[in-house]
Amino acid sequence: MKLPDKQCSLQDAIAHVKDGDTVMLGGFGVPGTPFTLIHALVQHGARNLTIVKNDANEPDMGVDHLLQSGLVARLITTHLGLNAHAIELMNTGQIDVEFNAQGILAERIRAGGAGLGGFLSDIGIGTELAEGKQIIEQGDKTFLVEPALRADVALLHADRADSFGNLAYVATARNFNPLMAMAADCVIAEAEAVLPLGALAADDIHTTGVFVDHVTELGALSKEYAVVQR
Amino acid sequence: MSNAKERMVARAARELRPGMVVNLGIGLPTKVVNHLPADFPVCLHTENGLTGIGPTLPADQASRNLIDAGGAYVSTIPGSAFFDSATSFALVRSGRLDLTMLGAFEVAANGDLANWKIPGKFSPGVGGGIELAQKARRVAVLTTHTDRAGNPKLKKACSLPLTAKGCVARVFTDMAVIDIAPEGFTLVETAQGVSLAEIIEATGDVLHVPDTELPNF
Repeated sequence: MKLPDKQCSLQDAIAHVKDGDTVMLGGFGVPGTPFTLIHALVQHGARNLTIVKNDANEPDMGVDHLLQSGLVARLITTHLGLNAHAIELMNTGQIDVEFNAQGILAERIRAGGAGLGGFLSDIGIGTELAEGKQIIEQGDKTFLVEPALRADVALLHADRADSFGNLAYVATARNFNPLMAMAADCVIAEAEAVLPLGALAADDIHTTGVFVDHVTELGALSKEYAVVQR
Repeated sequence: MSNAKERMVARAARELRPGMVVNLGIGLPTKVVNHLPADFPVCLHTENGLTGIGPTLPADQASRNLIDAGGAYVSTIPGSAFFDSATSFALVRSGRLDLTMLGAFEVAANGDLANWKIPGKFSPGVGGGIELAQKARRVAVLTTHTDRAGNPKLKKACSLPLTAKGCVARVFTDMAVIDIAPEGFTLVETAQGVSLAEIIEATGDVLHVPDTELPNF
């Protein structure tokens, strides 16, 4: 038996995104952000997108290119502190922003990928983040209902992949990538190297290729992937 | 950093005990590590998926894939581990953090903390702060005693949106160390060159002062 080959061109992969889709983007700051897939998405031009990402990168980087292109209607995120442009779009009503506590966003995505409807948490009780959420009493404790989150498409960045779409991440570039890999109908991964089957040891794979639909190999990395000079 | 701030950070560093798992928030709390001996046995955690944070590196030595939650380029040490964001917050919410040190806009006499939003002025999102504040076993705040306009940051009640209720145990400022006790703000230590009257004046609610002589830092 041989595992199927899921290698795909950047353009063919990104063509799966449709107007109105919810698109998850891996990454926390620069590490793990699929900058090349994001550029392809800007070129592709699907509109009215809901983007799910921990942060909005920095001005003129990553998510900011999607915002500048006017393709984003809604952003589900945890923190925009490094992107004043995103904050301006939010404050002037040009995009709708839903803030989640960071671990709650991660767990909602994990639940979505695990075939669950949601989970109970006491995070945010007594603060404005709890407003509008359903409350459940269980035993002598009070919880908020946190619904699972899924997407139409997830765009991920991996360090290494193989042709089946098995993925391995490096250092703090892991972050939301393995969670989002489980939580979308169509999962597209860019990888710095796509290796032949067997080149990644089974013990070193962080995301099984079963979760991944398309994998595309990056050429030379653009400067967005580099250390940010501040 | 002013001498008073430097002393505050150095004093806060003495709050870390051997064996602890600790998360240091963005800003002043991050600087606490500069005051720890290189071989101090402590495990530092950052929300973006690392336990065992090593020294911060200059840009020319940095790894593009290795940052802390504030975006600083950090390093690993022997025994460091990487994990995903769900695991990172499983660690936080299940009480594995012995201590977190956070910044603050306001701290109330009942331990309420406001540090994420100033309506109409500053609303970048809460990030991981709410879970740190609500679930670390002990929450300490590092902050200047007053804001830039000289208004107290330690208040009877917070006026800004809360990060978490009743979470703060101790506050380190450039003027004093103050505990949140059942009766409210309680003076523990005073900074060098600062009088008791000045501390009381700069504190926005009743400050309980023990009869005993207090240490100076």
